Amino acid sequence: MTDVARPGRAKTAIWNDRDFRAVVAQVVTVGLIVAVIGYLVHNTLTNLAARHIATGFGFLRGEAGFGISESVIEFSPASSYLRALVVGLLNTLKIAILGIVLATIWGTLIGIARLSSNWLIRQLTSWYVEVFRNTPLLLQLFLWYLVVQTLPAARQALHPIPGVFISQKGLMYPVLEPDPAHLWMAGLFLIGIALAWGWAKRAKAHQMATGQIRPVLLPALGMIIGLPLIGWLVAGAPLAVEMPVLRGFNFAGGGAISPELVALLFGLVMYTASYIAEIVRAGILAVPRGQTEAARALGLPSGRILRLVVLPQALRVMVPLITSQYLNLTKNSSLAVAIGFPDLMSVTNTTINQTGQAVEAIALAMAVYLSISLAISLFMNWYNKRIRLIER
Amino acid sequence: MSTADLPVSPIQAAPLVRVGALRWARENLFNSWYNALLTVLGLALIGFVAVKFVGWGLIDAVWSGPASACGDDKGACWAVIGEKGRFILFGRYAYEEQWRPLLFLILFVGLVGVSTIRRFWGARLGVAWIVGLVVMGVLMWGGVLGLRYVSHEDWGGLPITVILAVTACTFGFPFGILLALGRRSRLPAIRAVSVGYIELVRGVPLITVLFMAAVMFPLFLPPGMNFDKLLRTVIAMIMFSGAYIAEVVRGGLQALPRGQYEAADALGLSYWQKTPLIILPQALRLVIPGLVNTFIATFKDTSLVIIIGIFDLLFGAKTALNDPVWRAYYIEVYLFVALIYFCFCFFMSRYSQSLERELQKSARR
Repeated sequence: MTDVARPGRAKTAIWNDRDFRAVVAQVVTVGLIVAVIGYLVHNTLTNLAARHIATGFGFLRGEAGFGISESVIEFSPASSYLRALVVGLLNTLKIAILGIVLATIWGTLIGIARLSSNWLIRQLTSWYVEVFRNTPLLLQLFLWYLVVQTLPAARQALHPIPGVFISQKGLMYPVLEPDPAHLWMAGLFLIGIALAWGWAKRAKAHQMATGQIRPVLLPALGMIIGLPLIGWLVAGAPLAVEMPVLRGFNFAGGGAISPELVALLFGLVMYTASYIAEIVRAGILAVPRGQTEAARALGLPSGRILRLVVLPQALRVMVPLITSQYLNLTKNSSLAVAIGFPDLMSVTNTTINQTGQAVEAIALAMAVYLSISLAISLFMNWYNKRIRLIER
Repeated sequence: MSTADLPVSPIQAAPLVRVGALRWARENLFNSWYNALLTVLGLALIGFVAVKFVGWGLIDAVWSGPASACGDDKGACWAVIGEKGRFILFGRYAYEEQWRPLLFLILFVGLVGVSTIRRFWGARLGVAWIVGLVVMGVLMWGGVLGLRYVSHEDWGGLPITVILAVTACTFGFPFGILLALGRRSRLPAIRAVSVGYIELVRGVPLITVLFMAAVMFPLFLPPGMNFDKLLRTVIAMIMFSGAYIAEVVRGGLQALPRGQYEAADALGLSYWQKTPLIILPQALRLVIPGLVNTFIATFKDTSLVIIIGIFDLLFGAKTALNDPVWRAYYIEVYLFVALIYFCFCFFMSRYSQSLERELQKSARR
């Protein structure tokens, strides 16, 4: 047989082969990264051993030995570090949830006002946005915290509506005294939500089938609010309210929001709302004018134009951007450490100072923040998928 | 009937509310009952704030003198700025040498100002920046040309804020580009590393990264080696801003039409030829506004270094307020500092908007 060159791939030198190069590049990169990390870990372990600092997460079971000024769950200095960190996490979640809700409402209002046909309102809101966006949040928080501290002392507390007191000690408000009827009302509330959801679904199916629109909002509200209200009346309308009362230099009874929480929440909401306002404005502007005009030509009333035509399209632009603002708000809530609100970061800080186990504590805090961020992203991605435009 | 028979009425001026300022007010302020209400409320708010602020900040204010001069709390005490201003701006920098950080700031602002004019973009501007940075370094450190040596541990105030922001951006920028390219790479391992880094850093607050720099970085070095605190903070800021810049750059890489990538491949260019020559110049141009926004965010974020004890502008304000004599005048101090931050950030955001308009214009043609 003679030697005939077979047709096919030309032979290239192995170092010129694309796939071979790809493998080498990746192996080298990963190898380098692993080597650097390994070197750092080795150094860290040596340093820790030299300084006689324990490693591992055993410290979490130790007694914390410090108090936490406000907590959703029970906490005392005798509790463990783990419990302290959970308290911090719950406080962070509390701030994040309250902040997200309030910033969304306030930001949407400002964003709509930015598009007002009223020149004065447009100017006012645009300056609001500029001022709050262009100064550091931390500076704003310091200022709000100092302002809260200059509020009158508890004895001269501001008293805007009966039962509500605003003073250096924070915001005090009356709470309902626990009553067995409340449990029934909560149950009826849930049933109301389920019924309203079912009603909305049937109304939609009816509209799809016949084109007739059934009222949804009012019946739904009636079910959600009316059912618990009936339950409350049937139970004999228990109206025992626990009022905050001045005792000595502070208030006792009722609910209270600490001055740190007031300052932090106020600062976060004002700051984030200025970003959300710009997103809402851009989202509404992104809906082509022709959409509104076409809807008007079809004879839709303006409220329904906003709800059925403009908002669904604007939301599509807004949701990914607003998601990142929610994430920012949650991450920014860690600035609580600067004004002394016991959130996850400040509890972590105290833990580091007491145990010296910085590596573990910071890793733990990072992991928790990362999980919160991921959870918010996942939820918002799910929501985004739901409202997405389905084309063809 | 001919036209001559028509009754001729004299030409009347348009009604007063249809022309000039009144028409404008009617259309823009009072075009419906609720807008009229909002206008009145808005005017009341502006009036209230103006009266309060003019009374407090201008009429009843005390402009200079000792703290005892502004005893009552009726008016603002701007004397605190005169007394503490230099400390807030320049920190512990040797008092009689503070013309040096001042010159540093003037030089920096001047260079930035020149850089905003697109006509000057080019190699000569790069040279100007390098020369400028060397001069700035000499000014701040000294030790040559008869200038007294000032250790960077004694720097503080606005120069530190500027230095942190500028280094975080200039070094974070190439780092971010590499991360963005890595995220778009066809090599799975490199993609995974980039995605992991970007998502990790973007998922945690800056404070945790700064804490890491403050308490964990010293543990990373072999025993006996020391690690400057300011340098550690700068590294943390670079690590953080790099991840955010990467996401902005990735937007540009994705927005670039596929044809550009394919055309570069068709010319036979290798990856390392096409990326700097064809892809990046176009992709970066697309995201200039986003980059400026990231720079603004970084500038504001530098204020967080106060938590790990770096002497920046905000730290200066806070330390100045530790003086019991002047403690009561915190509003004046914070307004002063806020105004400085505002000037920098407002300028940057306006610049980004004008650039955006300009680039859109050239894209439409």
